Amino acid sequence: MEAAAGGGCGSGPPLLSESEQQCYSELFARCAGAASGGPGPGHPETSRVASGAATAAAGPVADLFRASQLPAETLHQITELCGAKRVGYFGPTQFYVALKLIAAVQSGLPVRIESIKCELPLPRFMMSKNDGEMRFGNPAELHGSKVQIPYLTTEKNSFKRTDDEEKQETQSPTMSPFASPPSSPPHYQRVPLSHGYSKLRSSTEQMHPVPYEGRQPLVQPEGPSSGGPGTKPLRHQASLIRSFSVERELQDNSSSYPDEPWRITEEQREYYVNQFRSLQPDPSSFISGSVAKNFFTKSKLSIPELSYIWELSDADCDGALTLPEFCAAFHLIVARKNGYPLPEGLPPTLQPEYLQAAFPKPKWDCALFDSYSESMPTNQQARDLNRMEKTSVKDMADFPVPTQDVTGDDKQALKSTLNEAVPKDVPEDPATPKDSNNLKARPRSRSYSSTSIEEAMKRGEDPPTPPPRPQKSHSRASSLDLNKVFQPSVPATKSGLLPPPPALPPRPCPSQSEQVSEAELPSQLNRAPSQAAESSPAKKDVPHSQPPSKPIRRKFRPENQSAESQEPSTTISGPASGASVKPHPTVQKQSSKQKKAIQTAIRKNKEANAVLARLNSELQQQLKEVHQERIALENQLEQLRPVTVL
Amino acid sequence: MAVCIMVIVKENYPFYVRSIPVENELKFHSVVHTSLDLVDEKISAMGKALVDQRGLCPGLLYPTEDYKVYGYVTNSKVKFVTLVDSSNTAHRDNEICSMFWKLHNSYTDVTCNPFPNPGDRIRPRVFDNMVTSLMTQVC
Repeated sequence: MEAAAGGGCGSGPPLLSESEQQCYSELFARCAGAASGGPGPGHPETSRVASGAATAAAGPVADLFRASQLPAETLHQITELCGAKRVGYFGPTQFYVALKLIAAVQSGLPVRIESIKCELPLPRFMMSKNDGEMRFGNPAELHGSKVQIPYLTTEKNSFKRTDDEEKQETQSPTMSPFASPPSSPPHYQRVPLSHGYSKLRSSTEQMHPVPYEGRQPLVQPEGPSSGGPGTKPLRHQASLIRSFSVERELQDNSSSYPDEPWRITEEQREYYVNQFRSLQPDPSSFISGSVAKNFFTKSKLSIPELSYIWELSDADCDGALTLPEFCAAFHLIVARKNGYPLPEGLPPTLQPEYLQAAFPKPKWDCALFDSYSESMPTNQQARDLNRMEKTSVKDMADFPVPTQDVTGDDKQALKSTLNEAVPKDVPEDPATPKDSNNLKARPRSRSYSSTSIEEAMKRGEDPPTPPPRPQKSHSRASSLDLNKVFQPSVPATKSGLLPPPPALPPRPCPSQSEQVSEAELPSQLNRAPSQAAESSPAKKDVPHSQPPSKPIRRKFRPENQSAESQEPSTTISGPASGASVKPHPTVQKQSSKQKKAIQTAIRKNKEANAVLARLNSELQQQLKEVHQERIALENQLEQLRPVTVL
Repeated sequence: MAVCIMVIVKENYPFYVRSIPVENELKFHSVVHTSLDLVDEKISAMGKALVDQRGLCPGLLYPTEDYKVYGYVTNSKVKFVTLVDSSNTAHRDNEICSMFWKLHNSYTDVTCNPFPNPGDRIRPRVFDNMVTSLMTQVC
């Protein structure tokens, strides 16, 4: 390791000073050694030199990072930025970059690659597990950071300039000198652009939630605890997937678009759309300028840059951002934060038309799977529920990804379908606007590509139809009330029971056979009320749809049952008792089932009532507002009207 | 040919200056500043009847020895002033006004950007480009 570091020093312009390299290498050795040879996969690309313990295991590295007393999300960002995610382990390169980032953050600089280029003292690690680290923490500072400063900055700048082919490469050159030899620059150019790019994206995705959302606790507690280097990145990946659904798929995706940093990936698109929805619930309307300004200033870019981005993305110059404009702007911000220079003009992949044609569906879908949006008015939810019934399942197939803890396989499958979808966008461009228009009309028939997942989702979506039908509740309520009303009077009106049963002769026979099977239907109201009471709600219910008729049937069943039971009991005592014994246990069974059924019915009624009450209150609210607007407008009209009558 | 274009905000200080021979900018500043009074005068003289959607175009404000000064006022009291070379006397008011309207349109596009604060200088290149095209076009 020292030899490598020395080689790195001697060959090209090193990015670390001697002291830094010493510290870092020792820390690295400690971490690697502590893991008792964390078995890193032998990546041929990163020239982790032949020091044996080439990778630092995730455990001690995590401990070390935590010892730096930085907040969890910062550590996570650092991990992302340094590329441990990308390569899946902590090679010396990543480790050094991470250490420098820690030092940067401890000096108060933002977590970015650019921070490394600034003057930095050595990172401080408190409560380190080894004395060595303490030792390094203190005397390192004594080394005099100032000495390192000009060394570092000038070297880095020159190095960066020499290596600056594409912007993506600037990330790798900063890391290459860490590794070692003079072959590092060309060597790192072999690193696939996709990797650098994916790292950028992943770091982007990682960096974003810090300013925008407070979701750090979700991603933090992953890091520590478990052993191998593979698991830590995997857990990071899992956490990221849960929060942003980024990692592996990004790498896959970006590998297919190596030249297009301006292309928005699916995950990014979803993220942007979710952010849009958090600002503006209606996906088809605008974000006003002030709202967008507040939002984008959180990204801590300078005002001129932000205004430039706005100028690029607000294509129609209306002072508001539609969804594709917003995505384009967001994407530009993301790219800028990652060090990409802003383009001269809006790249073709960020044009609103392209974005709109390529991804019309997210407009409708975000309503459904709103795990990210914080504010979700209930009427919006009601509307969403309605939309849930209508929207295409293909759309749903995409969006369960961020909401559920989908495994990587599912995501990759979806990704593949979406990747297929994206290249199809160009030939489908004339089709997709039409599709988006038809989306509301014929949602279920629309799909980019059908996969098994989509069909599964489709099947899965069919059953959960939304809220209870008011008809049923109504009928149930009415019948329930009447049942309860009439129940005490059953014995009194038993004589009245007789006439109605003959009116419905076919009922008793099949109903008796159906008794047990239909016991669990919620609309069972199988008290033994009077037939008269039943007939009136029955007549009410008959015009309703089929399901309500089932309770009628069932109502009649026990009525008949009870009628029969009561008939024999009243008329014929002896044989009736025998006959009634049989009906009685069944009646008792039925009564318990009836009780449960009634309770469930009550519950459902209550739910339905709650929903309706909510709707009602919201509508009332809207009505009030509209009234107020009307009053205001009328006032204005009066004021504007010329005063003719004095 | 428009030698200089200046956008002056309501508070009567220049918001954007663009002149072709850049070294004369100071001179243009003073000329434009003095012509602001003329703008106000003409506006008040013209009255409210002439306010159309595209803003008031008082047209020629003042012919100096080298230049002619044209002015234009928007609804929000933002003034555009241009200096046109006196040698091009063929310019008609209509042309000048149409030029001002184009200027106005792109100015509104610029203002839609929420990020720069109202007092900041106009940075966007689109505006610059448009202005440059105007200045070279009006020949």
